[in-house]
Amino acid sequence: MRTTSVLGVAVMLTLGAPACAGGGGGSSQPITIGVSVSLDGDFSGDGKALEQGYQLWADDVNARGGLVGRKVRFKFVNDASSTQQVVTNYQNLITRDHVDLTFGPFSSLLTIPASSIASRYGYAFPEPAGGGPHVFDRGLRDVFFVQPAPVVDNLASYTRWLLSLAPDQRPRSAAYATEDDPFTQPQLDRARALLEKGGVQTVYTKVYPAETTDFTPIALAVAQSRADAVVLGTMIPDAVAFVQTFQQQRFNPRSLIETSGPDQGGQFSDKITGGNTEGVMVPAGWWPSAKTSGNDRFVRAFLARYGGDAGSISADAAEAYSVGQVVEQAVGRIHSIDNAQLTDALHSGTYQTVQGAMAFDSKGQPNGSSFLVQWQGGQTVPVYPAAVAVAPPEYPKPAWR
Amino acid sequence: MTTLVLEAAVLGVLTGGVYALMASGLTLIFGVMRIINVGQGALVVLGAYLGFVLLRQWHVDPFLGLLLTTPALFVLGVALEVVFIRPLRTDRESLSVLVTYALALGIEGVLGYLFGADYRQISVWYDTATFQVGGFHVAVVYVLGFALCVAILAGLGLLLYTTTFGAAIRATMLNRAAAQLIGIDVERVSAIAFGIGMATAAAGGVVFGITTAFNPGSHYDLISRLLTIIVLGGLGSLRGAIVAALVMLVVQDVTAVLLSPTWAAFAFFVVLVAVLVARPQGLYGLRVRERI
Repeated sequence: MRTTSVLGVAVMLTLGAPACAGGGGGSSQPITIGVSVSLDGDFSGDGKALEQGYQLWADDVNARGGLVGRKVRFKFVNDASSTQQVVTNYQNLITRDHVDLTFGPFSSLLTIPASSIASRYGYAFPEPAGGGPHVFDRGLRDVFFVQPAPVVDNLASYTRWLLSLAPDQRPRSAAYATEDDPFTQPQLDRARALLEKGGVQTVYTKVYPAETTDFTPIALAVAQSRADAVVLGTMIPDAVAFVQTFQQQRFNPRSLIETSGPDQGGQFSDKITGGNTEGVMVPAGWWPSAKTSGNDRFVRAFLARYGGDAGSISADAAEAYSVGQVVEQAVGRIHSIDNAQLTDALHSGTYQTVQGAMAFDSKGQPNGSSFLVQWQGGQTVPVYPAAVAVAPPEYPKPAWR
Repeated sequence: MTTLVLEAAVLGVLTGGVYALMASGLTLIFGVMRIINVGQGALVVLGAYLGFVLLRQWHVDPFLGLLLTTPALFVLGVALEVVFIRPLRTDRESLSVLVTYALALGIEGVLGYLFGADYRQISVWYDTATFQVGGFHVAVVYVLGFALCVAILAGLGLLLYTTTFGAAIRATMLNRAAAQLIGIDVERVSAIAFGIGMATAAAGGVVFGITTAFNPGSHYDLISRLLTIIVLGGLGSLRGAIVAALVMLVVQDVTAVLLSPTWAAFAFFVVLVAVLVARPQGLYGLRVRERI
């Protein structure tokens, strides 16, 4: 009897959650959006940037009157970069706090379990940073990756550019090293397949655990390979460690790209003595001077609130801001914050964001492509494709100073 | 390949020295007080932040800054021992784990409040300076760090083996109750040992902060490594901590370049298990028989 009662209450609470999370018409209460952010652990740098981006969008949309006439407020909870904690957080946000909407956390690693919870309760799950292939191959239709391209294609611009070089200029060999992370590893696997198909010989390839803290032995092995092109699947700590070790070893590949880290502006360059970052490349979906929807306003608001310069703004913040922009436009079309309607709306139409225009396929994958950014003269500049480039790529990469 | 393996082995020895320094405080504290200071990793991170602030705010070279930070952390360590550890009269071994874990969380929280979650790194002008040995470059900063560790560990060895106070520490490590019976002020010895442990953490933290990007949460990985080192070396053995740190880093670094980074930690644990099967007390630990 007691078991039956407890089960009954649990079922009522569970079924009640999506009911509380819909509609929105007529209420003057603020719309609460639940987000789990990583303020500790491996993703803490990115998690903080995500929080900043979300908050800036909330301030922005509230200044315009909010969503469907209601102010927006975020409920942020810390997951400490833990896949267990992120599940608990979304479970609590939905069933205990009854948030109206949910936005995604940082990384594919956390998005995968988090989106399963959101989907179970019928919540739309737009997210800024979970673009690994496994995010989309689980048959969920509620998850939307708000970046220009699926993660697996993040290095497509880089490989296209390298293979477009004249044959005598093209690198003959390449070395690959990546964390065993669902964000980085698929990018490198795809890039290696494309470059090998294009005739670039693989001379070194290694996958290392995401928990690795001492990257120097791996960097030494990459340097020893003397590859013409070096392709690395990194976050900030390893991105910095590889560059430092290459400088110590006087290893100057003709081209060096890292999947993440160099896009973090000052967070990357201020850890490298003398800002010795010239020529390092990174794929990106956003940059500060882009003439995209709301980008000027976003950059101004970011600098006014958090200080620094445009070059130090993390792309993570812009990606989080874009999530808000996409949802704002979808809600504007359906005049509701009902999650089922929102999911349907997000599967159709094109959305304007600070990262450019984007649309989502039936799995929630974006259909655009990212571009190539390079550190030149102490700042990041888009260099490929030509449509977005503000400077030609520096190739070969200048020797370290 | 030979050059690469040799290079990895040299790197393992140099970074092993730094881990030896960080672990020496942990093993000393265990030896004297029979407590596991799980806050040692957080203290290392605190040392890294202190070095970072001295350089960023006052342009003090982090190695020179140790003249300020190690005495400061020594005093802080003594104070923490008096306030948090000494009052534990019953079930001291178990409760101290909770207290020092709380200490770690407190340090992490304060650092998070002051510096945020961004990764930092102590960026010194000579961190890309190298010199050539054989066919490869050795980073000056690793050699400086190793030299610092050797100097501090040698100083610690001299203190332990050539001074009266060192004899008191060793007596307390050997048998706390007996040391008390022959008139050694074990409370004082404990407080000073805790202070020394914190001071070594501060010194190790500076080298860690120069060679690795860190944030307030970096201590979790560090403490697991440090605990593994002192288990391999033998709980309470300074010499064991040094040898174990060198073994750990050399095995891991060589495995990383020879086989794969994925197998690096596993290879070390194979060594650890093999040693513990043969010598359950670790490389240099003392076998204790208890009458029941």
